[in-house]
Amino acid sequence: MAVAAAAVAAAADRVATKMADVIRVEQLQRVYHLGAVDVPALRGIDFAIPQGQMVAIMGPSGSGKSTLLNLLGCLDRPSGGKYLLAGEDVGLKTDDELAEVRNARIGFVFQNYNLLPQLTALENVELPLVYRGLSASNRRRKAEAALASVGLGDRKHHRPLELSGGQQQRVGVARALAGEPDVILADEPTGNLDSTSGQEVLRLFLDLHRAGSTIVIVTHDDEVALYTERTIHLRDGIVVSDGPIPSEQRRGLDERGAS
Amino acid sequence: MLRESLRMAWRSLVAGKLRAFLTMLGIIIGVGAVIALISIGQAATSSVTSQVQALGSNLITVTPIRSSGAVLYPQDAQWLKQVVPQISQDAPLLTGSVTALYGSKTYTTTVMGTTPPSLKIQGRTLAEGRYLVPSDITFRRRVAVIGQTVVQNLFPGQNPLGQTIEANGTPLVVVGVLKASGGAFGANQDDVILTPVTTAEEIVNTTQISAIIAEARSSSVAPLAVAQIEAVMNHRFQNQNAANVLSQDQILSTLSTITSTLTLMLGGIAGISLLVGGIGIMNIMLVTVTERTREIGLRKAIGAKRSAILLQFLVESSILSLIGGAIGALLGSGGASILSHALGWQSGVNGPAVILALVFSLAVGMVFGIWPAMRASRLDPIEALRQG
Ligand SMILES: Nc1ncnc2c1ncn2[C@@H]1O[C@H](COP(=O)(O)OP(=O)(O)OP(=O)(O)O)[C@@H](O)[C@H]1O
Ligand SMILES: [Mg+2]
Repeated sequence: MAVAAAAVAAAADRVATKMADVIRVEQLQRVYHLGAVDVPALRGIDFAIPQGQMVAIMGPSGSGKSTLLNLLGCLDRPSGGKYLLAGEDVGLKTDDELAEVRNARIGFVFQNYNLLPQLTALENVELPLVYRGLSASNRRRKAEAALASVGLGDRKHHRPLELSGGQQQRVGVARALAGEPDVILADEPTGNLDSTSGQEVLRLFLDLHRAGSTIVIVTHDDEVALYTERTIHLRDGIVVSDGPIPSEQRRGLDERGAS
Repeated sequence: MLRESLRMAWRSLVAGKLRAFLTMLGIIIGVGAVIALISIGQAATSSVTSQVQALGSNLITVTPIRSSGAVLYPQDAQWLKQVVPQISQDAPLLTGSVTALYGSKTYTTTVMGTTPPSLKIQGRTLAEGRYLVPSDITFRRRVAVIGQTVVQNLFPGQNPLGQTIEANGTPLVVVGVLKASGGAFGANQDDVILTPVTTAEEIVNTTQISAIIAEARSSSVAPLAVAQIEAVMNHRFQNQNAANVLSQDQILSTLSTITSTLTLMLGGIAGISLLVGGIGIMNIMLVTVTERTREIGLRKAIGAKRSAILLQFLVESSILSLIGGAIGALLGSGGASILSHALGWQSGVNGPAVILALVFSLAVGMVFGIWPAMRASRLDPIEALRQG
């Protein structure tokens, strides 16, 4: 009886950690090999991101932000250390399994949107669901909902070139959302946008965060970081600071939204 | 997934219509040429075959070779029939060139002195009047049965029956007119004046005949008859090569060997252009993969597996070549029908050739698409996304 109870408790505990930490990295390393030269881009990173958190990753150019995000997004494999995504060790998976993980658990938002020009906004948003093997009607429904949630319900049949930069990035966000991923990863999502459209996109992320999404944003913009509840600073491939921005520096969305 | 790949491939092709068309052009020309040439070749074969068959069934032609010392005379036809039992009937042919006169018109043609069985042996039919009868031969009657070409040249718009023509000065009464039988390999079967062989001896001033035409009792004994005829001819003239003995079967098989070799050769040449078309597709697909590196990177980043990318590009190249093949098949069959129509052949389009060409063009698309598709599927998503 006691053994069984302990097993149940342990199982519940595992479930709890799974639920709690969407992302956990331990001593994560990534070394690029350039000919005979080894470039250590990440030199032992540790952190965990619980479900529902919104995190900014900052740091000077070349500090390893994109490298880290690629690893978190399962586009790349670590040279050392461990990466648990929703409790699963991603390092043990094959390429095709990683593709499935990216499809099911990750939503990517790119600096340059990366929309396919020959497809309409709706079709771009549907794309991840195509690779998930959903039926056409199912896909369409989810994609329409995602587009509506980024405020582009009336632009479904526009092609990317018929949309403004801010609108294109909102389509990009909708595409990341459509598959209901465990985590949304964005590498400088506002980097190509003017400040107004950048604000719009940022507000979108904040809305998603408030609705419960886990979000990791790489940014150079101090202002962006002010909206997130946690900022991880990288320098030369290691974490130099990790924590909330002091609250007096933070400005709530509501203030901004009102102004 | 295949349905999605088809859809995606279609979208990409529509996005670059002009390029897609230019890429297809090689396949269009290749498939079109293959189908047109094979169809035309086959139509030519069947047209030649039917013409040869129209010459008469189980026909055997015996031509003495003068240089071997072999000379035949009209009565040798009877001799041959007696010594070769496989022959059911035969007739001598004494041919020569004549200038025929009627009224103010002159026409140079061939006179053919023969006997009554030649009508059936040569597969001719009468349009009007009568053919030669045995008494014409016996009494050296000056009568003639003329072909349609002669009718047109000497009797335009007139009934020749009962009229008298002069052939090299010998008057001949037209007693019969032949139906048109068409030409076979350049020889016009209608350009002829048939007379009793005895009368022809006078007209062309010789008693040597140019050939004996014989009919075998059945097509199964025809080869035996040929061998027998060769044997008796060689024996009679004490020469291993006294006569050319050709059965219709031999002519047919020789002809069909020639025409099918020609058809194959033409088809092969056209096939090479199909190959070149395939290389064109490979070239464009490689360019496409390079140009769309970012697209491939993105698709992989959002969860496309290697097999999905492979399938997408393979389907794209296959669609390209299949559509090209279909257009080519259409143009090729169209061209073949127009040409066969113009030449008066039977409908020339070759069904199996069309299907084969379509299957082959699909295969070309797959074979030449596989390498670019593999390259696409192997791209590293991070590298691919960084480009452009
Ligand atoms: N494919 C690669 N091959 C070799 N070295 C690389 C590669 N990608 C990145 N690096 C190196 O790794 C280090 C970290 O690069 P990374 O792109 O992660 O920096 P970053 O923080 O995203 O910079 P930025 O803010 O400019 O985007 C840099 O020194 C970079 O030169
Ligand atoms: Mg970067």
